[in-house]
Amino acid sequence: MSEGPKMIRTTYRQAVREALREAMQRDDRVFLMGEDVGRYGGCFAVSKGLLEEFGPERIRDTPLSESTFVGAGIGAALGGMRPIVEIMTVNFSLLALDQIVNNAATILHMSGGLFNVPLVIRMATGGGKQLAAQHSHSLDGWYAHIPGLKVLVPATLEDARGMLWTALEDPDPVLIFENSILYPMEGELPEDAGPVEIDRARVRREGRDVTLITHGTCLFKALEAATTLAAEGIEAEVIDLRTLRPLDEATFLTSVARTRRAVVVDEGWRSGGISAEISARIMEKAFFELDAPVERVCSAEVPMPYPRHLEEAALPQAATIVNTVRRMLQAHG
Amino acid sequence: MSPKRIERGALSSDHGLHLLRQMLRIRRLEEKSAELYSATKIRGFLHLYIGEEAVAVGVAEALAVEDAVVATYREHGHALARGMSMGGIMAEMYGKQEGCSRGRGGSMHFYDARTRLYGGNAIVGGGIPLAVGLALADKLQGRPRVTCCLFGDGAVAEGEFHESMNLAALWQLPVLFVCENNLYAMGTRIDFAQSVTDLAKKADGYAVAAGAVDGMDVLAVEAAAREAAAAVRAGKGPRFLECRTYRFRAHSMFDPELYRTREEVEEWKKRDPIVLLVKRLKDQGFLDDTGLESLEREVVAEVEEAVAFAEAGTWEPVEDLTRFVYSERRTE
Repeated sequence: MSEGPKMIRTTYRQAVREALREAMQRDDRVFLMGEDVGRYGGCFAVSKGLLEEFGPERIRDTPLSESTFVGAGIGAALGGMRPIVEIMTVNFSLLALDQIVNNAATILHMSGGLFNVPLVIRMATGGGKQLAAQHSHSLDGWYAHIPGLKVLVPATLEDARGMLWTALEDPDPVLIFENSILYPMEGELPEDAGPVEIDRARVRREGRDVTLITHGTCLFKALEAATTLAAEGIEAEVIDLRTLRPLDEATFLTSVARTRRAVVVDEGWRSGGISAEISARIMEKAFFELDAPVERVCSAEVPMPYPRHLEEAALPQAATIVNTVRRMLQAHG
Repeated sequence: MSPKRIERGALSSDHGLHLLRQMLRIRRLEEKSAELYSATKIRGFLHLYIGEEAVAVGVAEALAVEDAVVATYREHGHALARGMSMGGIMAEMYGKQEGCSRGRGGSMHFYDARTRLYGGNAIVGGGIPLAVGLALADKLQGRPRVTCCLFGDGAVAEGEFHESMNLAALWQLPVLFVCENNLYAMGTRIDFAQSVTDLAKKADGYAVAAGAVDGMDVLAVEAAAREAAAAVRAGKGPRFLECRTYRFRAHSMFDPELYRTREEVEEWKKRDPIVLLVKRLKDQGFLDDTGLESLEREVVAEVEEAVAFAEAGTWEPVEDLTRFVYSERRTE
């Protein structure tokens, strides 16, 4: 029996850093720019050491000018480079929304196919660190509303390591959302881990009774819920969407057709969120397969509060998912 | 800062007539566009460049083929001055697929790969960071090219202008910032919008060398733009050039012009850049009435040809609606 590749112990943070290193090594056109990516080593220490390795021309500290350095990334991409723009967190990306929505997403279509924008924008996202309302947004689903963008949400070490290079090879703008709460997450990766495809959702746990459809940090809450439910004899299938745009609906529709029940778990708000989109697609394409109405576990519709107990109450939790599934099965078992 | 006098060599007949032809092409194209708008051939927003021709023409003279231009929604003049075909421009305004942006953008969104025109940007100030990025790409790849970024006085109030001036200066990027100051941000006069109306002074805050020039004098614009572009190309970092000009027509086709007087407009028309150059060329003996008439005839013929091209153009099939939301090829 042949042995598998050697496994190494790593973290989500190191996996992203290795992906950045690989990209810089493989393509001279790649450079990283953003706030504190160089001398500080990255707000979350993701790019620590890269300035020393690649120099200030390719690891560029920017002023606090989100709109302009994102726009400059678009311009550099138009000029033949393969920029990776880091926006410290999604919260600050709102200052660059004009560039992302009005320029990056439109130029290819508006120019009749003349100019594409091969730009990657990375940003940390999510709540759960008691940072209050201005530093806890989950707007990945909001960006997924925009035609012309691709939206990736790596939750696993494998995706943290592998999505970046695939995004850089894409001819169009790709946004990568890294849940900041995941940076310290430890695990094992094959020593030769590399690029992964970004077109498909993944079944992270198989089950026959209900499908939990989720992404980002909520993947781990859904997996935890699935473990609890399994002890009660309820087998939950857990789907990690991975990419919110374009959305791989085939994977969750196939699953729902089998389990006949779906719960969408999203750290974003319920109203107008990606959970609403997923629910609508299930209604449109799998309505007659359902034994129960689609349920959603989302963040409470409030600006994120600071105190821990209120923040926990606002965010989706494993217990809420478990209770939702139990209720569904009792009512529509 | 008062417009500075720039030493310039003797004007040759050929060059003077070339500048006049370019300005006339813009003027007549714009007049025809207004007519076609009334005839509902052109729709959406239409922002005419009439009165400001000396800026586009003078600045274009300072640019090399390989340089890039990032312009605003009032970009017909820049597109023509840079060498894009009038037919492609007119077809774009018609929304035909033979247009320079396949008809997808219309009047406000011209793009061209050959002359490196990156819009036609319709969010005020939104194009400025793109210019910074294009210049960054040139610097990183060691290409001695200039990115010329044009914007109006209105954009100077936008944060992106200030962020971009700072970043371009900080990284010493080859950007030529050209402010087309026509004194009105749509209908808001500059002194109702700017605490400091001497716009070239804004550059001081970013240590960007700046100058202001009479934007109704094409020769002055050309000389100032050449000097600034040469410095940018030589690696001396960004330059800022304010061209003081005036728009003779309304902001767009929906503007009743309640914010300025007819007298003010008439006063500025005395400094019509085309009239000024014609006078100068006649004074120097480079042009007479016959010559001017023949030039006018050629320009009008070109405009008619462009209209015919647009009329003969075709509509993009509706089945193509979703093409180019994403690329159809992988980059290498």
